[in-house]
Amino acid sequence: MMALPVRRAHVPFRAVAPVVVVAWLGAWFANLPLANWAAYELLGLERGSHFGDAVAFFFLDVPKVLLLLLGIMTAVSFLRSYFPPERMRAALAGRGTLPATVGAAAFGIVTPFCSCSAVPLFIGFVEAGIPLGVTFAFLISSPMVNEVALVLLWGLFGPGIAILYMAAGLAVAIVGGLVLGRLPLEKWIEPWVLAVRAGGGATSLDLRLSVEQRMRDAWTSTQDLVRRVLLYVIIGIGIGAFIHGFVPTELVAQMGGRENPFAVPIVVAIAIPLYSNAAGTIPIVEALLGKGMPLGTTLAFMMAIVAISLPEFVILRRVMQLRLIAVFASIVVAGILTVGFLFNALGI
Amino acid sequence: MKVVEVLGPGCANCRRVEANAREALAIAGVEAEIHHVTDYREIAARGVLSTPGLVIDGRVVSAGRIPSAADIAGWLAE
Repeated sequence: MMALPVRRAHVPFRAVAPVVVVAWLGAWFANLPLANWAAYELLGLERGSHFGDAVAFFFLDVPKVLLLLLGIMTAVSFLRSYFPPERMRAALAGRGTLPATVGAAAFGIVTPFCSCSAVPLFIGFVEAGIPLGVTFAFLISSPMVNEVALVLLWGLFGPGIAILYMAAGLAVAIVGGLVLGRLPLEKWIEPWVLAVRAGGGATSLDLRLSVEQRMRDAWTSTQDLVRRVLLYVIIGIGIGAFIHGFVPTELVAQMGGRENPFAVPIVVAIAIPLYSNAAGTIPIVEALLGKGMPLGTTLAFMMAIVAISLPEFVILRRVMQLRLIAVFASIVVAGILTVGFLFNALGI
Repeated sequence: MKVVEVLGPGCANCRRVEANAREALAIAGVEAEIHHVTDYREIAARGVLSTPGLVIDGRVVSAGRIPSAADIAGWLAE
């Protein structure tokens, strides 16, 4: 490469990375004692009191969520840069329905995707002759088994719940994709999308990125993400802290519990307008789970928050008729409700 | 004269790519026309699945990210 006048000082990643990792680990392990010290010693709040516990929860969770987002998200974004949608399309084109559907759901976990790209992705898949059900499997799995949700679930609840959530999300995406693939839906796609199939393919795709470029991209996108969600995270942790300190366990267990058949549909309905604020809602979910909310209700709530996105539906309206979006959304909602009821019934 | 195309429906990220491309032209001292391709059919026809994309003389050099001015200047010089 040629030498170019770069305005910002060049930071050698190989030198900075170990320092950042050590600092991150130090902060991660100092978080709990520091939060307790700040709440109970510095502010002199009483251990076990409603207010003291709420404040300690807040002091613990704000740095914890920020550390998870800044550190793990950068690493995850970096790894995801190796699975661009263009590569996914090449891997899925020409495969059988079942392997392609399972593959598309799995790519949903690793492929970086923003709903703003839903239209070019949809057209590109149709153009490559990939069946609609496969495309829908990706469109369900990508936001649902979303990296922010997984990282925060893992960090706050441990690997068990994160893996359970991922498995349930993949199941909804695969079954949803297979069902949608069986339905005669092509007639509800805007005709011009199907016409694109004829043209294209003349340009050469030549995307090469160095490790350092990927690392910088990951850091930039993480900073953007944190800036975007910070306020919601603080509000969410505030609400979570209130629940943690003041809401009685019996109330949550009773209302969200297995005996209440309306708990799952109600949390799904509440979740729909909370679109994409996974970072802000997980601390609320954390507090509710701690208060005895059953797992099925909790998972359904989380899934509905990230998977049912009104802005994405508006974007998809450009390539498909409203009826198709309605069918798509209904199947996703049905899948989420099934997950909720199933886990509650199993009593996990 | 080179042809630089910014692919994207006119979102904030696409404008950042266009601004970086203009800066890159100044850095590299290259003359080029910059087009903004906003039509989804045209974007799809170039094989790009994630916006913003960047095409230089018919070669897709970037998709789904915001390349820096230095990145773009490097591609212009190739």
